[in-house]
Amino acid sequence: MAEVLVYVDHVDGAVRKPTLELLTLARRIGEPVAVALGNGAADTAATLAEHGAVKVLTDDASEYADYLVVPKVDALQAAYEAVSPAAVLVPSSAEAKEIAARLALRIGAGVITDAVDIEAGDSGPVATQSVFAASYTTRTRVSKGTPVITVKPNSAAVEAAPAAGAVEALSVTFSAQATGTKVTGRTPRESTGRPELTEAAIVVSGGRGVNGAENFSVIEALADSLGAAVGASRAAVDAGWYPHTNQVGQTGKSVSPQLYIASGISGAIQHRAGMQTSKTIVAVNKDAEAPIFDLVDYGVVGDLFEVVPQLTEEIRTRKG
Amino acid sequence: MSLRIVVTVKYVPDATGDRHFAEDLTVDRDDVDGLLSELDEYAVEQALQIAAEADDAEITVLTVGPEDAKDALRKALSMGADKAVHVEDDDLHGTDAIGTSLVLAKAIEKAGYDLVVSGMASTDGTMGVLPALVAERLGVPQVTLLSEVSVADGVVKGRRDGDSASEQLEASLPAVVSVTDQSGEARYPSFKGIMAAKKKPVESWDLSDLRIEADEVGLAGSWTAVDSAAERPARTAGTIVKDEGEGGKQLAGFLAEHKFV
Repeated sequence: MAEVLVYVDHVDGAVRKPTLELLTLARRIGEPVAVALGNGAADTAATLAEHGAVKVLTDDASEYADYLVVPKVDALQAAYEAVSPAAVLVPSSAEAKEIAARLALRIGAGVITDAVDIEAGDSGPVATQSVFAASYTTRTRVSKGTPVITVKPNSAAVEAAPAAGAVEALSVTFSAQATGTKVTGRTPRESTGRPELTEAAIVVSGGRGVNGAENFSVIEALADSLGAAVGASRAAVDAGWYPHTNQVGQTGKSVSPQLYIASGISGAIQHRAGMQTSKTIVAVNKDAEAPIFDLVDYGVVGDLFEVVPQLTEEIRTRKG
Repeated sequence: MSLRIVVTVKYVPDATGDRHFAEDLTVDRDDVDGLLSELDEYAVEQALQIAAEADDAEITVLTVGPEDAKDALRKALSMGADKAVHVEDDDLHGTDAIGTSLVLAKAIEKAGYDLVVSGMASTDGTMGVLPALVAERLGVPQVTLLSEVSVADGVVKGRRDGDSASEQLEASLPAVVSVTDQSGEARYPSFKGIMAAKKKPVESWDLSDLRIEADEVGLAGSWTAVDSAAERPARTAGTIVKDEGEGGKQLAGFLAEHKFV
C-alpha cells in the first residue's frame, strides 16, 4: 500500500489535534508515515502510533526552533525523498501552509490548501474546499507531481487505529537558505486554559454588541460552561476589547466547529468568511434584521446581556 | 544607497458582491466589481513607512492580472508608491499559486529589489502561500506574517504572532516580507495623492518580457485542477425566537436537544 507523509504539528512532543485528524484522512489514501521535527519529536510516537502511523520519522535538530520555516521544508523534502509517498498531508496552520507550498515547489508538485475533506480518486486524492466565504464547494486534484495538501482543523474525526509507529531518525542536510531568517526571541502565549480557537469543537464569539473589553467576561463565562474557545469579530478586536489571535473572519482565523455561537455580531461578510462552515450556528442579537440570522440554525432576537447569562446559568444547571 | 522596495498586490473580486465561477472553473471576473485586496493595503502602508525611514527609497508596486487590475495599481500609487508594473498576458488566465509565484519572482527580479513586501494572503483565494513561494524562488529569506516590521542597516526585523508563541525575527536583505492586518492601519489616499498617481509611470510587461513560456502558466500550466465547483445550497431557515424573558433557557433547550449540553 502506498505511503502518505503526514507532517506533525506538536508542541514539545504534545501532538495537536489537527494532526490526529490528518491521520484519519491519510488512512483513506494509504499508510501514514508521520514526520515529527524539533524538541520532543520522538515523544510524539506513541500518540501517532495509536492513531495509525506505521512509521514516525524524527529529527530534533535545534535549527527548527532557531530559524523560520526553511529547515522544516528541508526535513520534509528529505522525508519525501526517503519514502516516495503517494501524497503529503499538512495541517492548515499559517506556518504549515508555508512549509507545504515551498515543499511542493521544490518537488515539482501542485499544492492545495485548506481542504475540508479528502477522498481517494481514480487519479490520486481529491480534495474538497469551501471557497468564497463558503458560498461554493470545489473539488480539486493535483495534476502534477505528488499531491501536497493542507487540511483545515475539524475536517475529520479523530479515530484510534493502532499501528506500529516505529521511530526512525530522519537524516536531514540543511540547505543554504535554512539559516536565512533567525528567530531571535520567542514569547510563549499565556495559556487561558481554553481550547485553541481553530481546533475547538465549540466556539463562542462576541462582537460589537458586547460593547467593551470588561463585558467579554459574559462571553467567556458561556464558553467555559461549554468547554468552548472564545472568538471575537473584527469590530471587537479593532476596538481593543479582545486579542487579535482570537479574531474570527477573513483577516483573522477561519473556524469550522461543531457549534458556533455568535453574540452581538451582525454577520458582515468579513466575519461570515471565517465561520460559515461551522456545523451548527446559533446567534443572539438585538437587531432582528442582522444578516447573521440568515445563517443560523437557532437565533434569539434579544439583549445578549439578558440572554447569554441566562443561557450560561441554564447550561450549568443542566450539567449539574 | 537607495532601498528598492517591490510591493506585490492583487486585484480581487469585491467580497461584498456575489462571487461566481466561470464555465472553465476559474473565478468569474466579469460579474463582480474588483478592487485592491484589502490585505495588500497593509503591505503598501508598511512599504511607505519603511521608505520614510530610509535615506532614499523607491517603491514599485507590482501586480499580475487582467486589464482592470490597473485599478489596484492606481490605488497603491495614490497611497504613495512611486511607480507600477502590470504583468498582463492572455496566457496567464487560470494560473495557479505555483505559476503566479513564477511570474512574480521573474518580475521582481526584472524590476530590481532589496525588499519585497506582500500582504499575508489575498482576500479571494486566501491561501497565504505566495510570499513563501516567492522567497523560495528568489532564494532569499522569508520574514512573513509580521504584525510589526522595520528595516535598518540592511536588516529587516519583525514580530510574528503565532498560535502558541510570538516570535521576533531577523534577516539580511534582500528578503521577502509579508504583513498582517495588525501591522498598522492603511492610509487613505489624499486628493493630492490621487492626482499625482495619474502622472506616475505604469509599465506593462507580458510573458515574453519575463522570458516565461506560455505552457509554464495559465490553466494548462497549472499543477492543480479544479474538477467541479458547486454553489453551496442555501441553509434551511433556522428557528428564530424573540426573547420574552426566557430566550436563554429556550436556547439551552435547543443546545441540549442537539447534544451540546
